[in-house]
This record gives sequence, C-alpha cells and structure tokens, in this order.
Amino acid sequence: MIPSIRQPLSLTLIYRAYIVLFFVYLALPLLVVSIFAFNDSLFPSLPWEGFTLAWFFGDERPMIGVFNERPIMRALSNSGFIAVFVSALSVCVGTTNAFLFNRYEFPLRGLLYVLMLLPLVIPGIVLGISILVFSSTLANGLEDGLGWDIYALRPGLTLVILGQFSFITTIVTLVISARLQKFDRSLEEAALNLGAGPLTAVRTVTIPYLLPALVGGFGVAFLMSFENFNTTLMLVGSEAPLTIAMFDRLKEGSTPLLNAVSLLLMLGSSGLALLMILFQRKA
Amino acid sequence: MRAGAKLGLFLLLTPLLLWLGLLIIIPHIDMFLVSIRERIGVGQYQTSPANYLTFLTEPLYLVTFMRTAFMSILATLLTLVIGFPVAFYIAKIAKGRLQSALFLLCLVPFWVSELVRTFGWMILLRETGIFSNLLQWLGLVDGPVEMLYNDVAMIVGLVYTSMLFMVVPLVTTIESLDDSIIEAGYDLGGSNLSILREIVIPHAMPGIASGSIVVFMLSLGNYLTPTMLGGKDSLWFTELIYSQFIVRFNWELGAAFGFMLLILSSLIVWAMLKLTGQTLEKTMT
Repeated sequence: MIPSIRQPLSLTLIYRAYIVLFFVYLALPLLVVSIFAFNDSLFPSLPWEGFTLAWFFGDERPMIGVFNERPIMRALSNSGFIAVFVSALSVCVGTTNAFLFNRYEFPLRGLLYVLMLLPLVIPGIVLGISILVFSSTLANGLEDGLGWDIYALRPGLTLVILGQFSFITTIVTLVISARLQKFDRSLEEAALNLGAGPLTAVRTVTIPYLLPALVGGFGVAFLMSFENFNTTLMLVGSEAPLTIAMFDRLKEGSTPLLNAVSLLLMLGSSGLALLMILFQRKA
Repeated sequence: MRAGAKLGLFLLLTPLLLWLGLLIIIPHIDMFLVSIRERIGVGQYQTSPANYLTFLTEPLYLVTFMRTAFMSILATLLTLVIGFPVAFYIAKIAKGRLQSALFLLCLVPFWVSELVRTFGWMILLRETGIFSNLLQWLGLVDGPVEMLYNDVAMIVGLVYTSMLFMVVPLVTTIESLDDSIIEAGYDLGGSNLSILREIVIPHAMPGIASGSIVVFMLSLGNYLTPTMLGGKDSLWFTELIYSQFIVRFNWELGAAFGFMLLILSSLIVWAMLKLTGQTLEKTMT
C-alpha cells in the first residue's frame, strides 16, 4: 500500500483511477455552476446558447446582471455585515476562552470545557429554534411586564448574529487554543522580569505570537458565517443574508443569475482562504 | 498578585458564562419548557406531554424521524468508505507538492456555500441537466431522464457536502502512522487486507470517530440538501421542524421535534464515542 512495498501494476492503476474519479466528483458540480454563469440563455442548462457576460453586467430585462440586481447586492451587504460582527465577537470570546482554559485551574473546569464544545454537536437548526424560542419568551415577557418592545429580540439581523456566534465561537476557541498551547511561557516571564506588568507582557509578547491564530480564526469565522444556512434560516427577519436570498430564488426556479452569484462567491471565498494561507506561511 | 489572578479568572470566566448561559443553556431549557406545554385556550397553557404523544402516535412524524436517522447513518458510512482510500492516498502515497496540492483540492469545494454545491448537483442531475443530455447523446436513453428528487440524489448530495469533514481528520491520523510499522506488517507476512484491518484502521480510529461524528451531525441537521435534492418521499426531520415553526406556527410541537432531534443526535454521538473508545474532548481537538 505504501511506495516502499511493491504492488501489482493493475492494483496501482485502479487505485489511481479511483483517486482521479474522486476529484472529478469533487470538481464537477462547481465546474458546471461556473460554466453556466456565461450561458446566453434564461436557464442554467443545456443547450449552450453562446458566451455572454450579461449575467454579471447586464442591465436590461430579462437578463439583469448580478451587479445591477438590487436585492442580491443588498443581501450580499447583509451577509458581510453579519459576518464581520460574528467574526469580531467570536475572536474576542474565543481569545478569552483560550486564555481561561490554558492558564487557569478552577472548579468545574472539565465540565465547562465539555459545555464549551457542545455547540458543535447540536444540530444548527436546533440551535436556531432554541434561540428563537428564548428570545421571543424574553421579548414577550418584557413587553407584558414593562411595556418595552425590543425590536432586536425579534427575528432579524441581531438574532442571526447571535445565533451564528453561538457555535462559531467554539471553533474559533479551538483554533486559538491550539496556538496558545504551543506558546513558551518563559517568554512572558522574561517580559515580567524586565519590568513589564502582566497586561503589558500579554499585550506585547503573547498577543503578537497569537496573531496568526487570531487572523486565522477571524477568517474561518467569516467564511462560516457567510455560508451558514441552518441556524440563519430559523432566525432570519426581513433583511435576508445572501444564502437565504439565493435559497428563496432557487425555490422559485433558477436563472444563470444564481450561477453568476455562485461564481463570485467561489472566487471571493477562495481568495480569502488563499490570503489566509499566505498570511499563515509568512507568520 | 493573587488578587490579580482572581480578577483575571473572573474577567475571563464572564464572557464564557454569558455565552454558554444566554445562548446555549437557557435557550435549550426554555425550548424544553415550551415543548411540554399544551395550548388550551387563547394565551392559556398547561403542562402536558401532549406534544411528545403526538410525535409518538402520528406515523408520519415517527417514520420521518427513523428515516432521517437511518439515512444519516448510511450517508456517514458511505462518506467513510469513499473518503478512506482518498485520505490514505494523500497521507501515505502522494509525496511533496502533489500531497499538498491534493489536500488543498479536497478543501476547495468547502470554501463555497453549501447552497452553491447543491445548486451544482441540481444542474447536473435534473431532467434538462448535464447527465440526462449526456446519456441521450450517447444513445443510452431515448428521452430526458429525471435523476433529481429521489433518495439517491439526496445521498449523493449529503456525501458530497460532508466529505471534507471526513477526509481531513483521516489524513491527519493516517499521516501519523509510521511507514515502518506497515513495512513490518508486510515482513511478517501480512496481506494488504490484514494490514489494513489490523494496523491502519485501528491507528486511524480517532480520525474515523471524529470524522463520522461530524458527518453524521451535519447530515442529520441538514435542511438544504434534502429539500432541494430529495423527492416527495424523502422528507427530512428538519423539514418537519421548519414547517411547524415557520409555516404552521405551532412552536410547542416544533420545540418537541427539536428536542427529539437533539436527543437522537446526542445518543448516536455518545454511542459512536463509546464504540470507538474516544472522548468528546479528544475527538474535537
């Protein structure tokens, strides 16, 4: 099975063919989505009617391109807004969590650690409905008891942000913890010996060391938030993010407009991922 | 310094407790409370197991529940069987540039939204789609064939969607297996199969466990793939939850469904951990 052990040629060839087939399987759906973004037709299917960029830049019905399609652009900015908030919040809480579990011994530490991992094994849709139920209990209670109508507790951007934050934080915590564990604490002690206060030591020594993980965590959180569907579906209000807006369109029937959006999404997320890898390499 | 340490602990504990308390624990308790109440009038409720009884006595609900569990297990097994040889190839056979290129290629599809991936399969499989046209062009079929909206299409989509979460942990664990141990197995007269069974698979167990758990969770909680690729008969349990919450506005029953899904997933994750001798802490990190 390994190169140092000889295998019959037929077996090696079959194995190789299988690997090739596997990667074809991985690439095929993405490839067809991309190709049909350029089809000069109202449907993303064969026959091929010729090459066009109208699904990106078109401004005449029925071929309105992505960049001139207001609802899609608005959904895109909603997604970006949500993703920035979710990533910033989860990097903050992820960092404090990583320091907490890495540096401190306290009662119930083991239990809290398991609880911290729990959001990963709760189905996204259940996370969504539990937050929906609780926030509406809270909103109704406040309205009946105090007469306050708190808009943020009704389905909408705030709840979507909180819902995504609730499980993305776990992932970011794991990313940051992994790097913090490798940190050599004597570096921090050296800073303390040289007269730095504990906070200054952390700020000038530990945080710069953690920076690749912080940036990596932010990137992962951003991508996960941008792509999230299940939790968002249950908490969304009138300002739909891109995945939900595309889902609604897809249910009505698809036009190559969706292919164009998808292609842009692919380019965007692979660009971001590439940037992250380059940054990680440099650090 | 001691007071400082206490203050530090307190400051670091606060965000953790707020996050877990307000967004995970209390909402789930509240959801449970909603699931055990029954509406008896306008704005009037009483505690009763009625919603859970409805779940148990209505065949559609129970059958959908079982089917979802079964299909998710099937999808997980298929992902494992399809992904294992690929992970082994990347970890042990491919070297240098090729190795990192293949690994990166495995990740690429998952940088894009699940919606885009599902959409890709729709374009491939539908009546006017690529496969249907290809088969007609080859002369294998006379008219258009609909390959979308059935269980096979749904399973293909589920396996596709979660492949990454199987391959990555498998590659990591298989890579840590020393080549010389495999060589020793051959020297001692082992065959490909016996070495796979007695050396590679036991060593890869942590990866198999964490991959399977994540893939199972993703399949069980999936909404998009069954809705878009599955047919009229492939109703998924998450679709029932969605319809109770958003369409029928029966939150009590929907919350009960949510709880059943949570119990099912916890049970199976727990069973998988026990079966493979792993702990949650180890598999997640």
